[in-house]
Amino acid sequence: MTMLALHRDGADWRLELSGDWSLGGLEQINAELRALPGPITGPLTCDWSGAEHPSIGAVWALLTRLALIGNAQLQIRHEGHPPHTIELLQKLNLELCTAHGKRAVALPGHEGAIARLGRWTVLQGTEAERVLGFFGRIASVLGAGLSHPRALRFPSVVRHLHETGVTAIPIVSLIAFLISVVVAYLGAQQLSRFGATIFVVDLVTIAVLREMGVLLTAIIVAGRSGSAFAAEIGVMQLNEETDALRAMGLNPIELLVVPRVIALMIAMPLLTIVADAMGLAGGGLLSLVQLHIPPAQFVTRLREALSPTTFWSGLVKAPVFALLIGMVGSYRGMQVRESARELGRMTTMAVVQSIFLVILADALFAILFVQIDF
Amino acid sequence: MAASTETAESAGAAATPIIRVRGLVSRFGSQVVHDGLAFEVRPNEIMGIVGGSGTGKSVLLRTILGLRRPQAGTVEVYGRDIEQVTPPERLAMVKSYGVTFQNGALISSLTVAQNIQLPLRESYSMTEDVLDELVQLNLSLVGLAPDAAEKYPAQLSGGMVKRAALARALALEPKLLFLDEPTSGLDPISASDFDALLLYLHAELKLTVVMITHDLDSLFRTCDRAGVIVDGHMITDTLPGLLRNTNPWIHEYFHGPRARAVERAVAAPDG
Repeated sequence: MTMLALHRDGADWRLELSGDWSLGGLEQINAELRALPGPITGPLTCDWSGAEHPSIGAVWALLTRLALIGNAQLQIRHEGHPPHTIELLQKLNLELCTAHGKRAVALPGHEGAIARLGRWTVLQGTEAERVLGFFGRIASVLGAGLSHPRALRFPSVVRHLHETGVTAIPIVSLIAFLISVVVAYLGAQQLSRFGATIFVVDLVTIAVLREMGVLLTAIIVAGRSGSAFAAEIGVMQLNEETDALRAMGLNPIELLVVPRVIALMIAMPLLTIVADAMGLAGGGLLSLVQLHIPPAQFVTRLREALSPTTFWSGLVKAPVFALLIGMVGSYRGMQVRESARELGRMTTMAVVQSIFLVILADALFAILFVQIDF
Repeated sequence: MAASTETAESAGAAATPIIRVRGLVSRFGSQVVHDGLAFEVRPNEIMGIVGGSGTGKSVLLRTILGLRRPQAGTVEVYGRDIEQVTPPERLAMVKSYGVTFQNGALISSLTVAQNIQLPLRESYSMTEDVLDELVQLNLSLVGLAPDAAEKYPAQLSGGMVKRAALARALALEPKLLFLDEPTSGLDPISASDFDALLLYLHAELKLTVVMITHDLDSLFRTCDRAGVIVDGHMITDTLPGLLRNTNPWIHEYFHGPRARAVERAVAAPDG
């Protein structure tokens, strides 16, 4: 069905409009408008008597198209109940054409590979500088806290200790327990071939205490609390709450970041101890059920397997991981600007980067401990 | 019976209000915000809603929009109870509304153009060219320059955000426009421009407008009638009627020091 019919009568032109002129019919109207032969040279009459539900958008499309294919002094007359908005739209269209001419859309210029590399390098440089500055500001607040303990915001630390520590106990316990059951089970499969199933106890003890307890805790905490830090501080950035704090002469690092970092550095070692205990319990349970090693024998063997440093070599890493997670989460939160999408991007980045940094730090610790024979 | 068609039309219009709220009760816990609130909005009028902070102006708006279910009472839009209509009818009703929220509520991760296109894309299948044309149309309707299209909401000034939000509200060519404090946070010049824009769109597009406002200038300049929420009820009258009202709060509202200044300013050009 055609919606436009253009007739020529000597010098006069006549455009008959029909069909559905609502927003729903706009697609077809636009296609037919494009197909209109131009240029229209003489006075034009538009007959609206056949057009149903004329919408503002459709009238606009017609007027812009006519302005394009008609000459500058094209006279248009509307008849047959034209929509009441037509005068307004004609005026707007004229303004837009005269004030802005052809609407130019600025395209972003293309960048060469070298320019991109350069931009990336500069960005990484400034980023590194900012991270260092952020660390410095945290350190200076902590330093000031030594002489003025009030700067460390004790009530706030307690709240975050509850949120990042106490509420994480169930999930940390469950995961540590299950993973060590899996390790013990797989270990038993291998060791039973040598008739050395009692060494499952050594395997579980060393794996859980040295590595898995603290690493699993760090990864769970990064997912729970690192993301929460980034999101909380990020929303405060979006609401200009951090700017408000600065304007009141308060330091957002002192108020928001340091309590979170301190709380996490206290909570993480404690969570690691919980994870260690649950991991050993998991190994013990599997040894009892699968290998028929009674608990008393398990504990005796566990004492023999332990060297004095095994437990501490795991635990000492916890505050370092906590510092990394807390700092990355808060830093990414402080970087949120302008939009909700940025909040999501920064939260994701906080979790991914803190897990990466935790594993990198763990590798460095492993090398260090071997070197100093810890 | 009036002889002129004009009078007959307005008499007919008064008989079927666009919005009719009856016996509305809104409670938050033990706090009663609306206690049997009732009012009507007539076709093609600009109705202002005023009231002190916490009297439930925004709650009322959210209830009419169907974003919140009241504890009691009915809301009828176009003569249909919004709780009784089928989901497709409800959707059609919602699509005939244009709404602007207090802070604009533009989607922060989309440009102004994408914000305006969003309802269009969801409702119709249109090519990019057509969508771009409609963005230009809506921007010029609200008096924004074409280069605002590619900006993100965070890059706009307060006045531009309000205009962009209005452009998005107009995209689906609504019959009914809800504005929540459209001039709050604007300088007097921008606020006055917005009033002029609203009057102009109201006249040209034949919209019915419900506007929550605290801006007395705006209220006197644009609104045909206003409803004042006092003690959980609404008192609806023309502005001269409200000025004569003896309710203490309404009297204070329209005769306080700020209101007197506005009245003088509004009265001056006429007398």
